[in-house]
Amino acid sequence: MSDIRIHISNKTYVLAHDTAQFHHAIAELDFIVHPHQFVCLVGPSGCGKTTLLNMIAGLDQHYQGRIDMGQADKNPSIGYVFQNPRLLPWLSVRQNIEVVFDRTPPANLIDSLLDSMQLREAQHQYPERLSLGMQRRVAIIRAFAINPDILLMDEPFVSLDAPTARQVRSLLYSLWLQRPHTVLFVTHDLREAIALADRVIFLSPSPMQVLSDITVPIARDQRHEESRIEIFREHLLQNHPEIKGLL
Amino acid sequence: MQSSGRFRNQLLATASIALLLAIWQVLAFALHSPTLPTPGLVAITFWRATLSGELPYHLGVTLLRLLGSFSLAMLLGCAIGVVLGKNKTLDAFFDNWLVIFLNIPALVTIILCYVWFGLVESAAILAVVINKLPNVIVTIREGARSLDKDLLEMAQSYRFSKRKTFLYVIWPQLHPFVMAATRSGLALIWKIILVVELLGRSNGMGYQLHIFFQLFDVASLLAYSFAFVAVIQIIEVGLLKPLDRKTQRWRR
Repeated sequence: MSDIRIHISNKTYVLAHDTAQFHHAIAELDFIVHPHQFVCLVGPSGCGKTTLLNMIAGLDQHYQGRIDMGQADKNPSIGYVFQNPRLLPWLSVRQNIEVVFDRTPPANLIDSLLDSMQLREAQHQYPERLSLGMQRRVAIIRAFAINPDILLMDEPFVSLDAPTARQVRSLLYSLWLQRPHTVLFVTHDLREAIALADRVIFLSPSPMQVLSDITVPIARDQRHEESRIEIFREHLLQNHPEIKGLL
Repeated sequence: MQSSGRFRNQLLATASIALLLAIWQVLAFALHSPTLPTPGLVAITFWRATLSGELPYHLGVTLLRLLGSFSLAMLLGCAIGVVLGKNKTLDAFFDNWLVIFLNIPALVTIILCYVWFGLVESAAILAVVINKLPNVIVTIREGARSLDKDLLEMAQSYRFSKRKTFLYVIWPQLHPFVMAATRSGLALIWKIILVVELLGRSNGMGYQLHIFFQLFDVASLLAYSFAFVAVIQIIEVGLLKPLDRKTQRWRR
């Protein structure tokens, strides 16, 4: 796995089918993500973060520019945790994870992932019978299960209450420490970004560009200390006035 | 609580059937006319026709035609419906054809098929298929139009093969529409088949009903009708409902 090089020179879309009004979503967006890096993307609502993830996932190919995954011979595998869980409602929790594999996955792999997200008991339930927090955990397992080259996560904890979000975040974090994939993680929450990321990239309102690219200097074993995260957050806000308006 | 409720419903259903039979019996008794035989006479006629093998033969022939034309109409209708639901250009092009075919009276298609292809089995089946096909297409097209784009994107991002996308993402969403087309299809097809048989075949329920009409044999007419209604009920209760329960068990 090599670097992911993202260069989008232009991305527009038509606002309504019957008008010629265009929305200029992205202009000259450039950054590189190194292998096994956990990168958080922070930007205001509607700035085009989801569009960017969709472009990386290959769901949106109507743009000018290049996304280079460094593997000319094959497409890198992608695990995508969408903003809403997007589970198949007619499959059980376990089947929802198994279905993303080409061949039947080893049972112990699924078991250990279910255990890591405390979902073993619910494995035969249908998604509609689960809480939103549980559905989000299933979506995270589904993304991790295929051992992807790149993991895309689009505000996976949005609309969860604070304690549930904290719990799922720490479960995600420990899962990532065991399987350190390259992660692009979209969030609005600066504390969350600092707690999880190696790097935080701040994005401007549309047309989206990189405003700041900041490495988080807090050691991995100190990320659970909320005071450290708070101190770094204050430091960021004081020294980077350009990001204040984004949060 | 639940089982007592079910028992009450069964009791109500039995009582309503009993009331219907009672009214029929009283009317038949009061009118005392060969054009309205008593339920008892109809039951005896049914029993005799069954024992002689005549009723099972004609019923079987009609059911075979039903199975053939129904399967053809459903297969073609599902395929065309999915294509039209997913392709806006083709849909816009063929929409008028659908409206025309939906509005051609069944009798016209049947007569045209017999005139063009002769009084043969394939013409009979074709006439039924042409009558049913537009209904299936319209229903399935609605299903294909309302497919969840989020789930399709999920399948695309996880690189599902076409087969896997169809089996796990598209088909379960189409299922309620297929069931709706199946139910309305069965009801429509068996009515059309009787006309097809009446006009151009020498066996089957429609042919027999025609003969009973000429002989004013109302008891046989009713006995054959009940046999047919019973078979459709058995298909509904024994096949469609369990299938529904099995495939819809994930719903809350």
